[in-house]
Amino acid sequence: MKRILKGIISENPTFVLLLGLCPALAVTTKFENAYLMGLCVMIVLLFSNIIVSIIKKHVNENVKIPVFILIIGTFVTTLEILLEKYIPNLYEALGIYLPLIVVNCIVLGRAIEVASKESVKNSILDAIGVGLGFTLAISLIALIREVLGTNTITLMDSISSITGYRAIYTNILPNSNILPMQILVSPAGSFLVLGMLIALFNKIGGKKNDTN
Amino acid sequence: MTLINLFVTSLLTQNIVLNKFLGICPFMGTSKSEKNALHMGLSVTFVITLSSVITYLLYNFVLVPTNTEYLKTIMFILVISSVVQILDIVLKKYFKNIHKTLGLYLPLITTNCAVLGITLLNITNEYNILEVLVYSIGSSLGFTLVIYVFSTIRERLEQTNIPESFKGTPIALITAFIMSLLFMRFTLI
Repeated sequence: MKRILKGIISENPTFVLLLGLCPALAVTTKFENAYLMGLCVMIVLLFSNIIVSIIKKHVNENVKIPVFILIIGTFVTTLEILLEKYIPNLYEALGIYLPLIVVNCIVLGRAIEVASKESVKNSILDAIGVGLGFTLAISLIALIREVLGTNTITLMDSISSITGYRAIYTNILPNSNILPMQILVSPAGSFLVLGMLIALFNKIGGKKNDTN
Repeated sequence: MTLINLFVTSLLTQNIVLNKFLGICPFMGTSKSEKNALHMGLSVTFVITLSSVITYLLYNFVLVPTNTEYLKTIMFILVISSVVQILDIVLKKYFKNIHKTLGLYLPLITTNCAVLGITLLNITNEYNILEVLVYSIGSSLGFTLVIYVFSTIRERLEQTNIPESFKGTPIALITAFIMSLLFMRFTLI
């Protein structure tokens, strides 16, 4: 439990370790895309951590990284094929950022730092913690960007083919002169939102350290 | 004319870092000094251009005829790491001086998402070989341009007085926000 919480708060991959920023900036224009991207990363992370921690004794130190990348690549390709077949809308929406999970620093970093050193059980817990931390972080970014940027929340749209119904909420905030702020859904806006959130995290984290 | 257009868009308006968010890690990591940024940018340019051409040829002449397009992610990452490895060996043997300065960054390039990103974009955008060449050179020069400019700004930021919680990455991201806004404006030209 402690391990999982560590991945979510004190070692949050996005806000504290600053890993995997590409998807955090790219797919966060819609809440739905963000949490599904988080889920995809978590699935890949879980499977690659399990396999890496099982085979860790048989991998030569020199070829460690290529082997890990191939393992991750296998799971990403599997995920790609499944999504293309069953949720084509999501596959379209995530675009090249789905295959780019292969080079996501979070997945490779966890494989090198945790899975290749610790037991299978610890690797699984770590994957769940870090995966949840990443999912929550990018969902938060997407929520801020979508609500302030387009005044909507897309909960289920491209996955409606699986769940059976669509859920898009509109007009969350009253219309005013400054809302919706379209700048936030433009590519530039993602840098601003992420920068502000990391600063906020530093502020809160800094205070905690002081009291300790 | 369209080729020039493609070059300018990939260099400025559709910049790989500020618009497509590829290669953010080296953008934040190695852009602390001017010289490092330039070296990183140039070696990335070389790797991107070479691997774009190789992956394009492999995709169209090996994967498509055998109906195994789904293997592209794995194949591309293998090609990229081999190109990086070969570059490492060649530089070590023949250009010792360059290897000394670039050696540190070479392993990082394999996991730079800009490289895999561009090779995949070449395929999804259905470019022909000439467009692939122009697009990959344009966007990797765009990458070099942005991290170089950014590093010069960052050297100055280090000496300014910023609120404690904004130091480091937050202020860098906000600088990137302003740069991204500026680069978006190139659309009007």
